[in-house]
Amino acid sequence: MTIKGKAYIAGIYEHPTRKADGISLARIHAEVAKGALEDAGLSHKDVDGYFVAGDSPGLGPLNMAEYLGLKPKHIDSTDTGGSSYQIHAAHAAEAIALGKCKVALVTLAGKPRTGGGQPGGGRRPVDPPDYPFEAPYKGTVLNLYAMCAQRHMHEFGTTSEQLAWIKVAASTHAQHNPHAMLRDVVTVEEVVNSPVVADPLHRLDCCVISDGGGAFVMVAPEIAKSLKRPLVRVIGTGEAIKHVNGGQVDLTYSGARASGPIAFAEAGVKPSDIKYASIYDSFTITVLMQIEDLGFCEKGKGGAFVSDGNLIAGTGKLPFNTDGGGLCNNHPGNRGGMTKILEAVRQLRGEAHPAVQVKNCDLALAHGTGGSLGTRHGSGTIIMERA
Amino acid sequence: MADKGPSVLDDVLLQPYWDAATKGKLLLKHCTACGKNHYYPRPICPHCFSDKTEWLETKGEGTIYSWSVERRANPPYSIAYVTLPEGVTILSSIVDCDLNKLAIGQKVKLGFTEHDGKPAPVFRPA
Ligand SMILES: [Zn+2]
Repeated sequence: MTIKGKAYIAGIYEHPTRKADGISLARIHAEVAKGALEDAGLSHKDVDGYFVAGDSPGLGPLNMAEYLGLKPKHIDSTDTGGSSYQIHAAHAAEAIALGKCKVALVTLAGKPRTGGGQPGGGRRPVDPPDYPFEAPYKGTVLNLYAMCAQRHMHEFGTTSEQLAWIKVAASTHAQHNPHAMLRDVVTVEEVVNSPVVADPLHRLDCCVISDGGGAFVMVAPEIAKSLKRPLVRVIGTGEAIKHVNGGQVDLTYSGARASGPIAFAEAGVKPSDIKYASIYDSFTITVLMQIEDLGFCEKGKGGAFVSDGNLIAGTGKLPFNTDGGGLCNNHPGNRGGMTKILEAVRQLRGEAHPAVQVKNCDLALAHGTGGSLGTRHGSGTIIMERA
Repeated sequence: MADKGPSVLDDVLLQPYWDAATKGKLLLKHCTACGKNHYYPRPICPHCFSDKTEWLETKGEGTIYSWSVERRANPPYSIAYVTLPEGVTILSSIVDCDLNKLAIGQKVKLGFTEHDGKPAPVFRPA
């Protein structure tokens, strides 16, 4: 049993807002749902599967299904933070392959800039078991990822200049995206001369904080073929959880080491076949480690691989995040996995900005890391092809 | 961070950990079934799922595995993973030190601070 070729992404939509003053979280979910369904040429009456993660206001998918007027027969509210959308894409493909639903809608909305909508509704009914042993040390997204960078530098000689190339590539792409928050092309010097925020990471090693959202619609093959949009089908998926394993800590790799090979095996392709990659970019170090773990280069050689513009569309070997990514475009709800899928679909359709469109882009990957690279995270890898 | 809810502190099987910490001792869990140690402590071994786990007092020594300094905080503070000779690496902080002189491989020794009225193991340069 495989999902290979049994589900298609027929509709996508990215919310244009980056600062959602006066717009509720629920309305963003609705606007992106409407946008993705209209892009596909489907109506909300066609939706029989609904997928939404912890950014949903309410209890799992319940309140949003009501707000949207959906009557799904298949639901999933798996939450792995920013990689939830890769996991949802995988689960939607499985559900469609099994005939559990035919039109699956996946929505994301978040407002970390303006407030009024924290993941999970901003409440936690019970502390996780690690909490009393970790909370005293004030781990933040930033300092926990920074410790991964610190260790990677120690073991492999990775440098701040090499990490900076990742931001340079993202900014080179973002200049063409009118919605991107940061549209100025930056240099390696500008990145390494920006203030250190958590050693060894600089301010420009970090992603933006933005409001916004996105959605995609995944459908059964016969439905995709009845619509007018270019055919993009899912051919491989992989998921994994990586954690600190009872104190057997290795910060130099991510869950992509497990999820990537599963997805590549199912798709029957190898990393060197991929024409475009959306790689989760909460920080520059996140990108570097995932590129290694997905097999685009040897472990420890990521620094050299990302240098000298190798991630820039048109010149580099592995064009990545051509919308500007989380590093420059947006990171709605602090959950960047959705926009990774959306840009990969644009590339496969030939609908990316002409300045960054990869020629003959018939095979793409979208990978997410959600949670914390420095403690526990969920990884999701999706491989898609143009049919 | 979050609303206060029921906490894992309520688990009576973890009480020896907190009692020892109050006396300045750091306990790990040792599994007599698979022989491995783990941290944070759990009644059931995460390596082999045996419930034959017992408390093991650490020597109070460690080596910095990785570190960072949160520079935007006032005052800035360190966070670190410290590898203990007992074979586990734990999340902690390096205190009473020059934050500009932290290094991977640096030897550190155990101490305690308080967090939310509970003792919290930290490390100082050895
Ligand atoms: Zn065991």
